[in-house]
Parts: sequence; structure tokens; C-alpha cells
Amino acid sequence: MTAPLIRIRDLTKSFGITPVLRGVSFDVNKGEAIGIIGPSGSGKSTILRCINALVPFDSGSIHVGEVDVGAPNLDRIALRRRVGMVFQQYNLFPHRTALQNVMMAPVQVLKQNKAEVEVRARALMRKVRLEGKEGAFPGELSGGQQQRVAIARSLCMQPEVMLFDEVTAALDPETVKEVLVTIRELAEEGMTCLIVTHEMAFARDVADHVYFTDSGIIVEHGDPKTLFSAPTHERTKAFLERVL
Amino acid sequence: MDVVADFFRTLNATTGWNFSIFHDAFDARRFWSAFWVTVQLAGISVLFSVIIGIAGAFVQSMRFAPLRWLINGYIAFFRNTPPLVQMYFFFFALGAITPTARDDIGMDVPIVSSFVWALVALSFFAGAFNVEIFRSGIEAIPRATVEAAESLGYSKLKAYIFIILPLAFRICLPSLNNNLVNLIKTTTLAYAIGVPEMLYVANQIWSDTLNVVEMMNVLLILYIGLVSLLVWMMHRWEKAMRMPGYGA
Amino acid sequence: MKRGVLDNRTFPVLLPLAEHLTRRSDNERRYGLPLVRLPGRWIVACAALLVLWAGVAEAQALTAGRESAIDAILKWMPLISRGFALNIAISFIAMGAGTILGMMLGLAQISLMPPVRVGSWALTQFFRNAPWLVLLFYCILVLPFRVTVFGMTFDVPNWLRATVGLTLPVMANVSEIVRGAVQSIPRGQWEAAESLGYSRGQTLREIILPQCVKRMLPPWMNLYAILIMSTPLASIVGVEEAMALTRGALNAERRGDLLIPMYGALLFAFFLYCYPIARVTQALERRHQVTT
Repeated sequence: MTAPLIRIRDLTKSFGITPVLRGVSFDVNKGEAIGIIGPSGSGKSTILRCINALVPFDSGSIHVGEVDVGAPNLDRIALRRRVGMVFQQYNLFPHRTALQNVMMAPVQVLKQNKAEVEVRARALMRKVRLEGKEGAFPGELSGGQQQRVAIARSLCMQPEVMLFDEVTAALDPETVKEVLVTIRELAEEGMTCLIVTHEMAFARDVADHVYFTDSGIIVEHGDPKTLFSAPTHERTKAFLERVL
Repeated sequence: MDVVADFFRTLNATTGWNFSIFHDAFDARRFWSAFWVTVQLAGISVLFSVIIGIAGAFVQSMRFAPLRWLINGYIAFFRNTPPLVQMYFFFFALGAITPTARDDIGMDVPIVSSFVWALVALSFFAGAFNVEIFRSGIEAIPRATVEAAESLGYSKLKAYIFIILPLAFRICLPSLNNNLVNLIKTTTLAYAIGVPEMLYVANQIWSDTLNVVEMMNVLLILYIGLVSLLVWMMHRWEKAMRMPGYGA
Repeated sequence: MKRGVLDNRTFPVLLPLAEHLTRRSDNERRYGLPLVRLPGRWIVACAALLVLWAGVAEAQALTAGRESAIDAILKWMPLISRGFALNIAISFIAMGAGTILGMMLGLAQISLMPPVRVGSWALTQFFRNAPWLVLLFYCILVLPFRVTVFGMTFDVPNWLRATVGLTLPVMANVSEIVRGAVQSIPRGQWEAAESLGYSRGQTLREIILPQCVKRMLPPWMNLYAILIMSTPLASIVGVEEAMALTRGALNAERRGDLLIPMYGALLFAFFLYCYPIARVTQALERRHQVTT
């Protein structure tokens, strides 16, 4: 067995005096799709933000490949090149077209050749089924379309792992599906994915492994079939009863 | 007080920094009376501008169109002309047609002093903004609230005084705050028509005593102090009048 | 910074007029300056009034056997126009310099280094809250009359020192405009850029500032309108701009009946100059309101 792509050990984090993560440990292997579920405020999103060094953590360790995320001299560009992230609010750059959004970071941050990036970006736009929308500005796209551009934007950095932070929570019900289909295809192609979601059916369907978090700890994890049909912990049962 | 005077006298002797208003009795008297003129100018015009604002907003909410047009014209004029021009307009144009009286040495002096003209100009200037500020507050109050007051037997005027105004006031306080800060800064324009306010007298002092830099710094600090004091008071007031559950 | 006391959370229903007025006073509060609004109707009314008054002055002059008022105004027009050109020159220089300095000060206000942040904040507040006239006096009297650079001595004319005096408040206001605009960009934009590997400087340059331009333009243009309307202040400290020259012309003519037409004509010149600026500002604001 090869070393895990992401290794998290005893991760803790508090905002002020409020503890958000109280010792979280898990591994993510290459090619795995991980689902993280749990009630609001249980620290799901914070885990993703810590992995991507968007927020510093208090103690514990995170390694992405050989990159030590907690190191004081962290090479942020190297980290972000490996880790792509998609946000709940899409966060597209509204002053640039869809295609420019996808191309910007590789050209400006990674200093890659613009023509090559464009070829890749156009292929990604096709992949997320947005061919023909390259010239549209984010404000002209629906929520689901914007979110798919955001996925393409992250993919264009050619990351090894994708973090999805409740990417369908801000979407209209009818556009949720198109985004989920895109993510499912990615996972099936073997992209390593960490998916924080409220869509239980989706987690059960796509994830190879599901973690249930509550009050800053991992309460229970397992393969989705077992976890959803026969949860062992009271808290998991209560949560699943509420949402299913 | 002697300690302060001594300190500044020594400062003058040793460094040449001449803050004459702290150790020279004559300069001190005229400067602090000018400071008082500025405070009066600011205070009274704040008061009148608020009254103009409330009255104007009330008139604007009436059905009688000509009165509304009058107020609209007033607002348009004072919003869009430089306050300096307004000051000149009141003092030179209106000052020329108001009557004068003989004083005891036989000189013609206008009954309306330049101080009063400055007060009028400043009140009208800030009042024009206040009308719209109050108006926005009043308009923001839902019809249902007014209807509730009326169904409880309030007359239109009483509903205005007891229900609408107190609510509207809370909504417009931040904007009012901003406008009043502007008003304090604008009081300096009274200089242009010879009102013996702070800037004017400071000018006299540095002409006599040749301490321009010192007086300039004193002036700046006092004006900033006045503005900060107002901002601080208005913020406290805003806090005290906060409606729990509404707004930021 | 407190924002939008009157968003929909405050009251469930906002009537259209209230929304319009509220937006205006909200903007005024955010800019810290009054908004210059010049409705076309108002310009026409002013012009009509001016013509009427000039007509009265004309009739008086002709019956009293004096030089016609219109002729008197036309006689002084070239001189006063040159003065007006100085007003425009002062406003251009003060706006240009104030914008460059204000941009730097505004960016310093969002610096991650607390001393830089606090220092630039204090500087901004100081010059924003100081009366413009006092700053004018300060620069006229305290700045040197001549400067020596590399062994060459230059006279610093009165108007240039006055321009510096107007640059300071412009700088402080631009600084606030920049800070406000940067802070109005949602946090998500910073996070998204960060997750794509952008550095802070790159994020500002490539992502944040380009989005700010659209938001900064209306308040910046409004500031310019306020500035041009404030240039007559320079006449108080002895700069020979249009206002001072008009006063000089009136003193030379010694005719009370010219007072209103001549000042009126000057005021009208300022209106005509500001009108397109105010209209474009309003149009930009409206467009911005629609897109966001």
C-alpha cells in the first residue's frame, strides 16, 4: 500500500475561545472520494480550509503528499497547485469571462504558456458541459453554470486532490443535479475528492468512504452503505433521522 | 492656569515656539472668545438646520403642491451651489437690502450682523440636506405603522410627533451625523464675511504675533477636536437609541 | 464601518422614494461628502432667472444712461474666463495628485501591518475631518515661497500652494473611497484567489482592484465635482481665480446692479461645467445598482 495522499493527525482549531476542531485524524488515499457529512457548525468546512491553508490550525499536522501544511515556511503555491477548492458561493471573478476565469491562475500564478493553458481550459469547459459559454461573464450564468466554471477553474491548475465545500448549498434545486453529475464524473475518473455536503443521497452514491463529524470530532466513519443503513452511534442515528 | 502660561512662556523663550494664546492675556482673550463664537455658530446652526429639516420634511409630505415645489427648489439651490457663494449671497445680496441703524457714534450699522447672516446661511445649507435625510427616514416607515397609529386615535400631527419622528430619527441618525460633521467644517466659511470666528481671529493673531505655524496647528487640532467630539456624541446617541432586532 | 442601516432587515417594506433617498444619503455617508446632483430642470430654471435678472439690470442701466449690463459682462468675460481656466487647472492638478496619493494611502489602510494601517487611518481621518479652508490657509502660509532643488531655485506661486491645500482633503477622501471599495468586495473573492495560489499583491492587482474601479468611479467623480465647486475658496487666500476676478471686476465697475448678474453668470459657468459630470456619475451609479 502506498502512502496516503493526505494525512491528517490530531487536528485542532478554535476561533477565539470556541473550539471548532477537537482532534481530527484521517487519511485520504489517491483516487478516493471522501464524503464528509454532519450538522452545521460541526467543523466540516474548517477541515477543508485547513487542508488548503486558508486558515491556520492550532495543533496537529496535515500533510499533502510531502508538503507539510503546518510548516512555517510553507510553499503556498506548491500546496495550492496540488489542492483545488470549490466554494459554496462559487466565488468566480465577476470582471472576467468564464474562460478567462479558468485560465487566469495557471497563467498568472504558475506562469504557464497562455496558448497551452487555453487549449486545456477549453477542453475543461467542454468537460463541464459549458461549451459555448466561454465568453459569458459570471453574472450572465446561472448558479449551476457558475459552479461548474468554478470546478473547471480549479481543475485547470491540474491538482491532485479537489476539495468541494458544500458546493450545492447555494444552488436552486434544479441546477444541483448538473453540478453533482460533474463531480461524480470526476470521482469516477479517479480524481481524489473531499466532498463536504448536505446531499446525503449524493454522498452515499459517490463516496468510497464517509465521515460523520459533530462538535469538532469524527464520530463515525465507514463505507457509505453501512454508515447510512446501520449507523452505530446515537448521534449519527439522530442526525440521519433528521435529514433523511 | 499660571503653570500652563509659564510652560508656554518658557517654551517660547527656549524654542521660539510662540503659542501666544496660552501666555499672552490679550491673544488668549480674543482667541478663546473666537473659539466660543465658532462653537455657538456650530451649535446654533446644528439646532436650526435640524428644525428646518424636520419642518421641511413635514411640508414635503403634505398634499399642497406649491409648498412642495418651494421646498424642492430650496433643496436644489442649497445642495448644488458652493456654500461660499451662499454665504456671499446672504451677506451681500440680502445684507444690502436689510435696514441699518445709527449707533451711538453716528455710524450706520446693519441690524443683522455678519454673525447672524453666517448663522442663517449655515442653517439653510445644512437644513437642505437634513430635509432629505429626514424625508428618507419618514418614507421608510411602513404605511401599516402609520395606520396603526391612526387606528389608535392619533391625529396626523400627533402621529408625526410621537410615532413617525422618533422612528425616523433613529433611521437617519448616521446620515445626520455625517451632515453635521460637514456643517462644523463649513463654519470656517464665515471667515469670508468677516465673522470673528476661530479662523478669522487666528488670522489676526498670526498677523500681529507672527506665529503662523503655531496658530495653524492649534486651529487644526481644535477643529479636529470639535468634529471628533460631535462624532463621539452622535455615536453614543446612536447606540442609546438603537432598536434591538433591527438593522446593523 | 456600519453600512446600510436601512437594508431590508430594518423594515420589511421600503417605498420606492424612500429607497431612492436612502440610497442617496447612504452614499453620502459612505463618501463622507454631499452628492452633487444637477437636474436639467434646475439648470434651465437658473438660466431663465439669470436672463431675467440681466434683463432687469439692462433696463435699469439703459434708463439711467449707464453702460449696458450685457456689454459690461461681455467686457469682463475674457478675463474671468482666464480665471476659470485657473480653477480648472487647480482642480485637475489637485485631483490627479490627490488620487495618486490617496490610492497609496487607501491601500496602506488595508495593509496587514498594524502600524501602517493605523497610521494611514489616522492620516486619512485627520485630513478628511479638517475644514478645507483651514488646510488652504495652512498650505498658503506654511509652505515655502520658493524651493531649491538640485541647486535650482523655483518660486512656488500662490495658486500652486493653494492646489496643495486642496490636494490634501482630496487625498484623504480618495483614501476612504479606495478602502471602502476594497472592503466591499466579498471575502470569497480573496479566498478563491488564495486557493488558486495568488499572493496578496497579485490578488489585489488582478482580482480585487479591477472590480473596485467600477465602484470607485461614481464617488471619485462626485469628489471631483465637489472639488471644482470648492476652488473658489482659493480666492479667500488671494489666488486670482474666477471668483476673485469677478469680485475685482465688480469693484472696478462700482455698480450694484451688476452684482447678481455677474455672480449669477459665474455660478452658471460652474453649473455648466459640473452638469455632465453629475449626469455621468448618476448614470454610472444606476448601472452599478442594476448589476449588483
